[in-house]
Amino acid sequence: MSGNGAAPLKGIEAKVLAGERLSRDDGQALFRVTDLPWVAFLADTVRRRKHPEPEVTYVIGRIINYTNVCWVKCSFCAFYRLPGHHEGYVLSREEIFEKVQELVDHGGTEVLFQGGLNPALKIDYYEDSFRAIRARFPVHIHGLSPAELIYLAKISRLSLRDTLLRLQAAGLGSIPGGGAEILVDDVRQAISPLKDTAAEWLDCIRTAHQVGLPSSATMMFGSVETAAQRVEHLLRLRALQDETGGFTAFVAWNFQPDGTELNGKRASAFDYLRTVAVARLMLDNFDNIQASWLTQGPKVAQIALHYGVNDLGSTIFEERVVSAGGAKFMASHEEMEQVIRDAGFVPRVRSTRYEILR
Amino acid sequence: MRVRVEALYTRAGLGDLSEKVERGERLTYADGLRLYRTPDLTAVGALANRIRQRMNGDATYYVRNLHINYTNICNKLCKFCSFYAPPGDPRGYVLSPEDIVARLDGYRDQVIREIHMVAGINPKLPYQYYVDILRAVHAARPEAQIKAFTMIELAQIARAAKKPLRDVLEDLRRAGLACVPGGGAEVFSDRVHEELFRAKLDNEGWFDVAREVHRAGLKSNATMLYGHIETVEEKVKHLLHIRDLQDETKGFQCFVPLAFDPARTELTHIPVTTGQQNLREIAIARLLLDNFPHIKAFWIMITPQVAQLALWYGADDLDGTVNHYEITHALGTTSHRQALSHEDLLGLITEAGRVPVERDALYNVIAGQSAVSRQPSAVGPMNLKIVSARC
Repeated sequence: MSGNGAAPLKGIEAKVLAGERLSRDDGQALFRVTDLPWVAFLADTVRRRKHPEPEVTYVIGRIINYTNVCWVKCSFCAFYRLPGHHEGYVLSREEIFEKVQELVDHGGTEVLFQGGLNPALKIDYYEDSFRAIRARFPVHIHGLSPAELIYLAKISRLSLRDTLLRLQAAGLGSIPGGGAEILVDDVRQAISPLKDTAAEWLDCIRTAHQVGLPSSATMMFGSVETAAQRVEHLLRLRALQDETGGFTAFVAWNFQPDGTELNGKRASAFDYLRTVAVARLMLDNFDNIQASWLTQGPKVAQIALHYGVNDLGSTIFEERVVSAGGAKFMASHEEMEQVIRDAGFVPRVRSTRYEILR
Repeated sequence: MRVRVEALYTRAGLGDLSEKVERGERLTYADGLRLYRTPDLTAVGALANRIRQRMNGDATYYVRNLHINYTNICNKLCKFCSFYAPPGDPRGYVLSPEDIVARLDGYRDQVIREIHMVAGINPKLPYQYYVDILRAVHAARPEAQIKAFTMIELAQIARAAKKPLRDVLEDLRRAGLACVPGGGAEVFSDRVHEELFRAKLDNEGWFDVAREVHRAGLKSNATMLYGHIETVEEKVKHLLHIRDLQDETKGFQCFVPLAFDPARTELTHIPVTTGQQNLREIAIARLLLDNFPHIKAFWIMITPQVAQLALWYGADDLDGTVNHYEITHALGTTSHRQALSHEDLLGLITEAGRVPVERDALYNVIAGQSAVSRQPSAVGPMNLKIVSARC
């Protein structure tokens, strides 16, 4: 098969088996491989090295999409409403408490607090919300992706560092590395021209790691980017991780086209599995690779456990952002455990910081 | 040339099976049990993929087809079925030959090469009805091959005809029947038969009908319904039983593992099959059924996503566009989509690095698609020619 020349692949295989770092060329070659079992074998080899126990972790958490008001107009997003739109909302304090209570009732520990860039919400809104949540509930607040943080710092007339320190003092525990999309400005210009640049995103995460807030890292693939740009994205994450060590996990999801300006096709399951496997192989300094249950559904998320994935992310009670683009898979605690066991692994509940809870 | 990693098999404890596969040796009952019990799905899938490469190269078969379920009235009351209406039930329907022709008319602008027609066991339908619907379909779409009637339906049709099955098959063939789908096999286990489908043709009955079908020169498929109460042992026996009949008749074209969908059945307490189970069944079928030319990933039951992945776990057939299907609903908690466009099918196949090959119901390759590179076959039972006999 064209592109599957065995000689360079044997070189990659030797490097992986020896635990050596893969190069940019290796990454690009891997994205041309169609021999899926081979890719699975290599990614699984790395996963077993990092996680010798046959365990798969997940966290009991829920997303709170506190507002859908946003002015950034990303072409891939079906969730946002512009300021002034009659469908715009901001959740009340009571609505937020209700959702957190429901989470705690389910034995949950993680609140993912994420929303649009709403010009009406300044830093005091977040400080008050986090303090109020933390005063009532023993939960970890995982919140505000870089786009939200950068914007919040700007409209609150604070430095990013001060913004992060104040939020941390109010109870923020870690940052979701969402909105990374592809960390290449040509791609960002094409799909979200008003959003932060690749350098801004990376700076924001660097600052968060420096003040002691860990984060996850994400990649949204399957919109307009090339394989070379996917590799570039992974290399930038790897370089920052070398510098800070602050990334807890990596998660890739595919662009959800329904209801967006980009339309287009949804990346296939084949593309998804190859992409997570290449990520596992390239991101040698990341401990954890998560599956995207929300976009892939339980069947493909389960199969991904053989492609380098060792974590299923969070249970899903509700989610509005990606679901608006057509992804509609909920994930209960019971279903996650069944899927993990059926794949031959032992399910483990973890904290947001990847400590095993039970 | 593909990269081969022996470490994958030794790590999974399947080093000896890898050698057997390499030599083209037939796998045993004990081997089958081990394959079901090996946690490392990648090793099992990669082993199956080696046989797939050897038998079919990168070729992935699909058909532009259409399903017609001519009646949902059924007196078999199988516990795993959400499609049937018992006789007398107000939801029951029977499509007349005219209804069927009208349904076909809705697809007059589409290429249809196979019409797949199966239904319930409706004791009220006279023999002539079956002959009439075949004639009507054949007259309406003479270029499409009709694949119709599971073994269970054929037994019922012979009963209605009060004639030997051999004569009935001859009548049906003259009326337009091209081949037989092979469903209704479920799992060949007396225990499961008693538990879930006791009114249906028993296991030996299925084989008797299949044998007659093949003797009459008609090709069929074979199936296995999994993901309900069956055991691993029962599945391996089922597969080997089918393999034995294939040795005898050479009449099977394709094997189709069918994933049980508990929704709206009497067995809703059973969880939906997982992606891992779907891929494992495909892989083990490919490994044990060394005398079957094709293994099908039926996307309706396992989702198009998993069906695409199955192309690397032993499957070389994706069924087709389907268009209309009532027996179960496309799996996944959300999707009830029951058709894939020709373009989507081609996309699924090519994106997975495989080569799409359009076929008809009898696996004749549709002209213009002959640029399929088939890798040289190895020795032993894998050395099969693609069956393309016309009825």
